[in-house]
Amino acid sequence: MKNGPLALAFNALFIAFLLAPMVMVCLVAFTSETYLALPTNGFSLRWFYKLAEYPEFLASFKTSLGIATSSAFLALLFAVPAGITIARYRFIGRDALNAFFMSPLMIPHVVLGIAFLRFLSGLGLSGTIFGLVIGHVVIVFPFAMRMVLANASGMDKRIEDAAASLGAGRVTIYRRVILPLIIPGVASGFALSFIQSFDETTMTIFLASPTTTTLPVRMFNYIQDSIDPLICAISALLILATVILMFVLDRVYGLEKLFVGEGQG
Amino acid sequence: MKAGREAFVLTAPAVLLFLGIVAVPLVMTVMLSFNEWSSTVGIISVMKIGNYREIFSDVYFAEIFLRTLRISVLVTAACIVFGVPEAYILRRMREPWRSMMILVVIGPLLVSVVARTLGWALIFAGNGLLSQFLLSVGLTDAPVSLMFTETGVVIALTHVLLPFMVLSVWAALGRMDQASEKAAQSLGAGQFTIFRRIVLPQAMPGVLSGSIVVFTLSASAFATPAIIGGRRLKVAATLAYDEFLNTLNWPLGAAVAVLLLVAIILIVVGWNRLVERRYAEVFSQ
Repeated sequence: MKNGPLALAFNALFIAFLLAPMVMVCLVAFTSETYLALPTNGFSLRWFYKLAEYPEFLASFKTSLGIATSSAFLALLFAVPAGITIARYRFIGRDALNAFFMSPLMIPHVVLGIAFLRFLSGLGLSGTIFGLVIGHVVIVFPFAMRMVLANASGMDKRIEDAAASLGAGRVTIYRRVILPLIIPGVASGFALSFIQSFDETTMTIFLASPTTTTLPVRMFNYIQDSIDPLICAISALLILATVILMFVLDRVYGLEKLFVGEGQG
Repeated sequence: MKAGREAFVLTAPAVLLFLGIVAVPLVMTVMLSFNEWSSTVGIISVMKIGNYREIFSDVYFAEIFLRTLRISVLVTAACIVFGVPEAYILRRMREPWRSMMILVVIGPLLVSVVARTLGWALIFAGNGLLSQFLLSVGLTDAPVSLMFTETGVVIALTHVLLPFMVLSVWAALGRMDQASEKAAQSLGAGQFTIFRRIVLPQAMPGVLSGSIVVFTLSASAFATPAIIGGRRLKVAATLAYDEFLNTLNWPLGAAVAVLLLVAIILIVVGWNRLVERRYAEVFSQ
């Protein structure tokens, strides 16, 4: 079946709508004016140079990278064994357990933010990197879990039986057979978790202190005060980095596989 | 036998982790919502339903919750109207166009919501692109600003959540047999009839699951309504934030958060029941 001219026009408008705000941000970032304007009088990099005067954005970027890496790693540490078990065994309460692990997807991030602020301030950990990482582990866990589950469900159980019949013990089977087979699931789980953590804004606003502010939160706070070409320049850099990451992920995993069938974001 | 013990050993750490860092904080929040607060003393640990009584009796809160509901319904409707045809068009597209377009649809999901909403703020402002366009076309003779309006929030949220609807419907249409469309065509059905009688019924499961995702995410959205709506146009999530971090009335903020969470859980469970019943009827026919 072919798309008619009407369908193609709809598609063009749809894509234009999706890209409009991001194109807008990138254009304004190159303005040569001192105020918000499209670069009608020629392109300029002045606002990108100006970023050098704001080292706190670079610091926040590093904080974000650190939190995203450690929370994705920690979430997988727990999600891999749990995911393998849920995918391969039939036991009472299996569906309930799965729903339990997926439950953070249903909780609004604002509620998680409030819950963690309460929880961490009770422990005296509010505003610490450790507290932020714990919060992010909860948020990325369902994404890590889903990728491991999807991968482990497709595994042929006979391979394991073959290993057992050749005399491999349980530990050897996990180390030499099962874990190598689910590496792709672990890798895509890491990628998805990393992105979710890096972009998380709402919950982090509640938990971050001035020294542990992540990049999206720093940007949000800045926008609350003023919208100027500087914040557009930062956003443009972030969009560029995302586009590069997107192409890499698409090459390595196929973005479709990473996102289709995914419930929430 | 041994398998049971193995399953237990492998899942126990994750279960304990979740009990510790999901269940405990949520229970603490529910308890906090029953506490009281005064500007002089701070949090008073009592167990009373005063905060809930205040929320249910004050029109101010009713207005905010109603606005949240209205915005979520409108965003969901807009996502269905624009997302379903787009998913169908994508399915009929040929390679390599299809892969390229999918990338463009998924791409925005990876870009920080703050950066995307910033783009809308630039477009919506009184001296922004939209206003200049409307002025030059002659549709208006004074600058128009969609900042701090519900329309602005609905448009920006639709933009943020549209990819979820497209992906959900796209996944549902993936199981569609192209032959049935060709059969309908050979029997003389027009484009519109094919879409309505063949495609739409098969897209329905995707539309239903996409709708619940879009609805719940817009009901709990924070960054977009905070930037576009500002202080003047509060929704449930920004209300909870203000009570917590500006007024510092933690118990009241916790009560708002608990109500938002309960409402969302009820809607998700109710919706799933409804969908199951609907499809049970289809299967028994």
